[in-house]
Amino acid sequence: MLWEVFVRSRRGLSHTHVGSLHADDAHLALRNARDVYTRRQEGTSIWVVPAAQIVASSPDEKDAFFDPAGDKPYRHPTFYDVPEGLTHL
Amino acid sequence: MDFQQVIDTDGRIEPRDQMPDAYRQTLVRQIAQHAHSEIIGMQPEGNWITRAPSLRRKAILVAKVQDEAGHGLYLYGAAETLGVDRAELLDLLHAGRQKYSTIFNYPTTSWADVAAIGWLVDGAAIMNQVPLTRCSYGPYARAMTRICKEESFHQRQGFEAMTVLSRGTAAQQQMAQDALDRWWWPALMMFGPPDAASPNSAQSMAWGIKRFGNDELRQRFVDATVPQAEFLGLTVPDPALSWDGEHHRSGEIDWTEFAEVMKGNGPCNRQRLEFRQQAHADGAWVREAAQAYASKHRPVA
Repeated sequence: MLWEVFVRSRRGLSHTHVGSLHADDAHLALRNARDVYTRRQEGTSIWVVPAAQIVASSPDEKDAFFDPAGDKPYRHPTFYDVPEGLTHL
Repeated sequence: MDFQQVIDTDGRIEPRDQMPDAYRQTLVRQIAQHAHSEIIGMQPEGNWITRAPSLRRKAILVAKVQDEAGHGLYLYGAAETLGVDRAELLDLLHAGRQKYSTIFNYPTTSWADVAAIGWLVDGAAIMNQVPLTRCSYGPYARAMTRICKEESFHQRQGFEAMTVLSRGTAAQQQMAQDALDRWWWPALMMFGPPDAASPNSAQSMAWGIKRFGNDELRQRFVDATVPQAEFLGLTVPDPALSWDGEHHRSGEIDWTEFAEVMKGNGPCNRQRLEFRQQAHADGAWVREAAQAYASKHRPVA
């Protein structure tokens, strides 16, 4: 069974995907993840998730899927003119 | 963006993107061969774990060999994102249908060989692998980043062990020189045949899988390593080696030796493969037990 591994490298940071591994159950997956991905103290916490349980957007429709955000530049602060000389805006 | 646009703009291809079949197959072949090299590469050094000259050297060697296993796992994981199964790749290795680096078919006959492997073989591997961290296939590039970070300890520990030998007794100095004599040429062969004779190179460069030609990387290795040999007071076993004002130019490589080792006629080809097959067979009960335990404890839906 394939597991995806996520590691929190230190407190204050999110878990980040680091790779995958094989294990027959969750307990072994965690132990294997420790041995494969944190041999040099790269982590303070590990998540393992069955790869089959991850629901992902499809790369084939990515343009259409992410399109709605494409024409809304006004969501970014750089869209607006700030009058010269003013601060705290 | 389609595949070619991503490649043309030096972007990264990710697992579920559209990609040409030949690109996928080239990557599977290369990543699998790389993964196999990592785990077969555990053998020549593993051979010396019980005979390491001190506890310090032993702990270092265990950590290094464990890293090689880890590197194999990262790479099998990267290959699996291309739709192949690790078990299939191992079957192909065990059946002799996929290759691993020719360098691991040479024996480690003395402790100095372990030092020389770290210095030269890992040194050459780093030269080859650093450009792969910018490979166009994302998962392979990320695995290589992780590997390169860990690999530099491998090279340094080897060079340190060489330094100790080369500053030791006359017998120890001779051991170091003998090891350099044995490993120099096979290390140069690790970069693969000359570009002119390397059929897949041009396509791999066009796809951004490979960033530099075999000859350029080999030259960089020679330039980096010759001064290190001088520092150690050792002689590179190449009477034709010369300095042209810019580069250290090595003599002719014996490519018939490379071809023979590739064909299976190196000193240890059979031993390496048989050992791997045996290790896999010996581990079967562990895999079965883990599976049985997991199915017994699986929550009932």
